[in-house]
Amino acid sequence: MTPQHVIIIVSALGGVIGGMGMGGGTLLIPLLTLAAGLEQHLAQAINLIAFVPMSVVALVIHKNNGYVSIAKSAPIVGCAAIGAVCGSFLARYAGGYELRASFGAFLIALGLIQMYKAISAVVKKKKASKNKSAQIKVG
Amino acid sequence: MNDKVRNSLFYVGGTAVGFVSGFFGGGGGMLCVPLLQFGGLDAKRAHASALLVILPICIISAAIYIKNGYFDVTAVLCACIGVVLGGIVGATALDKLNGTAVSIIFALLMIAIGIKSVIA
Repeated sequence: MTPQHVIIIVSALGGVIGGMGMGGGTLLIPLLTLAAGLEQHLAQAINLIAFVPMSVVALVIHKNNGYVSIAKSAPIVGCAAIGAVCGSFLARYAGGYELRASFGAFLIALGLIQMYKAISAVVKKKKASKNKSAQIKVG
Repeated sequence: MNDKVRNSLFYVGGTAVGFVSGFFGGGGGMLCVPLLQFGGLDAKRAHASALLVILPICIISAAIYIKNGYFDVTAVLCACIGVVLGGIVGATALDKLNGTAVSIIFALLMIAIGIKSVIA
């Protein structure tokens, strides 16, 4: 397997997760560095570029379905753009390991939050169905 | 919370979304969705509208990265092919999978890759 094959495979994995709407881009960067051995900054650039065609398609689909709220998102685009310019310029001065490790910490935090949310949703559902069956018994 | 505080938090959050995307090359979407929910959108609309915020900042950030010399034609092409193919599979499979199972698996994957990123 050539390095190109590895890149295609890990990107496909990132794409599958992204296609499910769960931020596949977030995992694409560590996959590209850890599995495909790319340099951190290059992996970040690739993620940014690969996101563009993917999100254009998704955006058109969501827009047609009426899920895109321009009124809510337009006001923050300007602020976000300023933040992006600063972040992108600063990234150049950060070391590869520092970027990867702090992004890793960010991922761990997000993972824990997501886990908590998923589990509490299950618990809630179970409680609701328990109450329902109790009510039926009483009735 | 009054409107003024709410609005400024919204703008500060927006700047943070941009900064994270630019600095780390991704992950801004994960912050943008809860921010838009805070702004009053439901989960589905927040996910869809987040794309509208992330798309322009990705283009800006990508341009700056390329200008700084972080670019490799072959790697970019391979990654785009993979992402698009995987994206189609993922979007198609979404309907057929259990939502809770998927989010727990995804959470575990994030934690595992996060730990690996820190210690590797």
